[in-house]
Amino acid sequence: MGDHHHGPAKGLSRWLFTTNHKDIGTMYLWFSFAMFILGGSFAMIIRAELFQPGMQLVDPLFFNQMTTLHGLVMVFGAIMPSFVGLANWMIPMMIGAPDMALPRMNNWSFWILPPAFLLLASTLFMEGGAPAFGWTFYAPLSTTYAAPSVTIFIFCIHVLGISSIMGSINIIATVMNMRAPGMTYMKMPLFVWTWLITAFLLVAVMPVLAGAVTMMLMDIHFGTSFFSAAGGGDPVLFQHVFWFFGHPEVYIIILPAFGVVSQIIPAFARKPLFGYDSMVYATASIAFLSFIVWAHHMYTVGMPVAGELFFMYATMLIAVPTGVKVFNWISTMWRGALTFETPMLFCLGFLVLFTIGGFTGLMLSIAPADFQYHDSYFVVAHFHYVMVAGAVFSMTAAVYYWLPKWCGKMYSETMGKTHFWISFIGFNLTFFPQHFVGLAGMPRRIPDYALQFADFNMMSSIGAFIYGSSQILFLYNVIATIVSGKPVSDDKVWDGAEGLEWTVPTPAPYHTFETPPKVDASHAHS
Amino acid sequence: MTTETSTEYEKYYVPEKSKLAVCATIGLILSIFGASYGLNEMTFGDGSGSWGILWVGLAIFAGTLFVWFRTTIRENIAGMNSAQLKKSYVLGMFWFIFSEVMFFFAFFGALFYVRNLAGPWLAGEGDGGRMNGLLWEGFQYSWPMASTPQESIGGAGNQLIANNGTFESYDKSMAFGDASAWYAWLPLWNTLILLSSSVTVHIAHLGLLDGNKKKFNLWLGLTVLLGIIFVFVQAYEYYEAYEHFGLTLNSGIYGSTFFMLTGFHGFHVMMGMTMLLIQWIRSVKFGHFTADDHFGFEASSWYWHFVDVVWVFLFLFVYIL
Ligand code: HEM
Ligand SMILES: [Cu+2]
Repeated sequence: MGDHHHGPAKGLSRWLFTTNHKDIGTMYLWFSFAMFILGGSFAMIIRAELFQPGMQLVDPLFFNQMTTLHGLVMVFGAIMPSFVGLANWMIPMMIGAPDMALPRMNNWSFWILPPAFLLLASTLFMEGGAPAFGWTFYAPLSTTYAAPSVTIFIFCIHVLGISSIMGSINIIATVMNMRAPGMTYMKMPLFVWTWLITAFLLVAVMPVLAGAVTMMLMDIHFGTSFFSAAGGGDPVLFQHVFWFFGHPEVYIIILPAFGVVSQIIPAFARKPLFGYDSMVYATASIAFLSFIVWAHHMYTVGMPVAGELFFMYATMLIAVPTGVKVFNWISTMWRGALTFETPMLFCLGFLVLFTIGGFTGLMLSIAPADFQYHDSYFVVAHFHYVMVAGAVFSMTAAVYYWLPKWCGKMYSETMGKTHFWISFIGFNLTFFPQHFVGLAGMPRRIPDYALQFADFNMMSSIGAFIYGSSQILFLYNVIATIVSGKPVSDDKVWDGAEGLEWTVPTPAPYHTFETPPKVDASHAHS
Repeated sequence: MTTETSTEYEKYYVPEKSKLAVCATIGLILSIFGASYGLNEMTFGDGSGSWGILWVGLAIFAGTLFVWFRTTIRENIAGMNSAQLKKSYVLGMFWFIFSEVMFFFAFFGALFYVRNLAGPWLAGEGDGGRMNGLLWEGFQYSWPMASTPQESIGGAGNQLIANNGTFESYDKSMAFGDASAWYAWLPLWNTLILLSSSVTVHIAHLGLLDGNKKKFNLWLGLTVLLGIIFVFVQAYEYYEAYEHFGLTLNSGIYGSTFFMLTGFHGFHVMMGMTMLLIQWIRSVKFGHFTADDHFGFEASSWYWHFVDVVWVFLFLFVYIL
């Protein structure tokens, strides 16, 4: 291959055939944004239907398809790929590697996603409709009672799993094998650490999800009885297998977000991260605990009391390492020279709102109380606080933070701040009232509701439209920056930022660190 | 922060643009498209006959994998792979095998759950007890499950909850029955075959490390042969199950777990066997592999050991206990 430096190829073939981590990262990011808009429009339909009590716009079956596809597209299409995109862009630059460890496989991990989602979305037009059994696809709704589209759904889940597993193996190999000399594990930026641990989680649980959908496939088409009591199986078995995947999955979503926040807060506090080591250990303990708490999603299903108690206490334990993290972020800001640029605003929004979500999680973890909360809007409020204000806010922060490094242009601070405040207000208007209707007993996943919930639901819907439209502003901001943002030329875009990615030119050249930098001993992590 | 460029460093080979990923994508997506629509036609009678698309997809996929591996092998022979890149391959294979372990873990977990918890509950034990009187009156639990709950209440027609098929238990299970006829019990023979194949593949490895290619080829060939025998014995066992034991996928949860666990294992044996066979052809026909450069073989042999360990658990929990 020689030593020649080459830029990207021209035209479509650049993207189809690329092996470059930055190209692949860019594709992941744009794809996940497209899915974010698609999943968002499903949510708009849900909120439009719930704007007023009574059946308004769509029929119940279609409503169920919307809740199902909204969840699936957001979890598997928007949030997860967005963080994989970020990992692709940033991990090699953060550890001083020339690229990801297995570049061709990297491209494959990406390219199987868009057609899989296309296929999944196409089920909307099938006879019997798209999957309508909720993103958790409990049997027997997803087996005995499912429309034929479930078969396509099953294979799509397989493909998403293959993509995630290959992506994770790539990240593990990159981090374990490609760190620049001197970049020891305990010097790695926290974003790299959290992704390494996330990748372990993914390799461990995506195959279990594959097992779950395979059992469904066999029950539907080949007469097995895994989830059918008539043959000696058990529908509750499905829930166990699903949540063995599902709970680690929520940490798969949030750990990289923790990593992002741990990069950005020190930069705008102009202080090193407080308690780096404890952050690493807290991340590892969260990952470990996430394997032994799954049945907190199943308190009402009829488990033996010993099981309820075990899963209750194990779940509460997770609050400890999570608390460590929250306090570390706060301590990082303590007496820092704080400024509030857009990435920092989104991180602060994350900090406040994620903590609220953590508290509602703690409430839900109390088994006897969960008998009241379960499957109500309180749960919906809980997980949107952790997934939207948690994962999505931190992803948004990441885009504003690294966008200047990616494209060499600065976004407009006014526009960014406007985006933040509209998001922040819209989000809270949408989801805060859902705590109240949930506690008062409004069930989730139902297209109609009792009259006393009308006011809060109207607020929720208005908030959702505001939050939804603020994402158009996000899209505008990103495009405006790329097209006509103010050029930046400093390697280090933010004066408080630390890390190898700020030592390469701005915008980051197509290839970085073709020979690894030497990380000197005095250089600590950011 | 100061950074300087380190000196002695072997360049990490980052391949140029490659069409492999896109071709593999086309193959994979066509496969799942064909499989979904084909299965739907089979079960629900709608959708257009699509098995052909599945076969086209699989062919494209297999062809791409062939080219893909050929490319990496050629790159290695051309000396493009630094020691560091080779370590990436090692890590990749290791974590791939780990993900496979977790796949089997899901099915073993289902087996343990049904055997220790759900089965007894269905028969009225413990906290789930009331279900028995309401839905499955008279169902007695035993493992292997002697009769399905549906049979206990007199068939699918008497079910109070939605009917999702007919589940009739087997006439004869696969569990070890008659000690005097142990030599006629196929799983025992299969265990011996698979365990010895792990030994033969190890001997082949030792031969290679000694630079003794003849020994390597011989013992590797023997390993593949043992693998083939295993698959045939397994196939014969399935034939017996369907033809003479009345044991099928429809035989309730016992049949489900039995066929899914042994079936996926058997599928993995075939994969591992194919991998080893390819390494054997590479060695015999093209003279590949030296004492210090033989990752293709090593990765396949790890996979083989993994398949072997899974079988040990299968033998214990599916056949014996
Ligand atoms: C302090 C940490 C947390 C605790 C104690 C906790 C606890 C719980 C509990 C007990 C439930 C079940 C509620 C029910 O269905 O009745 C639940 C649901 C959920 N949690 Fe959390 N949680 C925590 C953090 C998170 C995080 C970080 C995420 C994701 C980023 C998350 C995502 C979810 C989701 C998606 C559901 C609902 C799943 C569904 O039924 O659709 N949680 N949580
Ligand atoms: Cu959970």
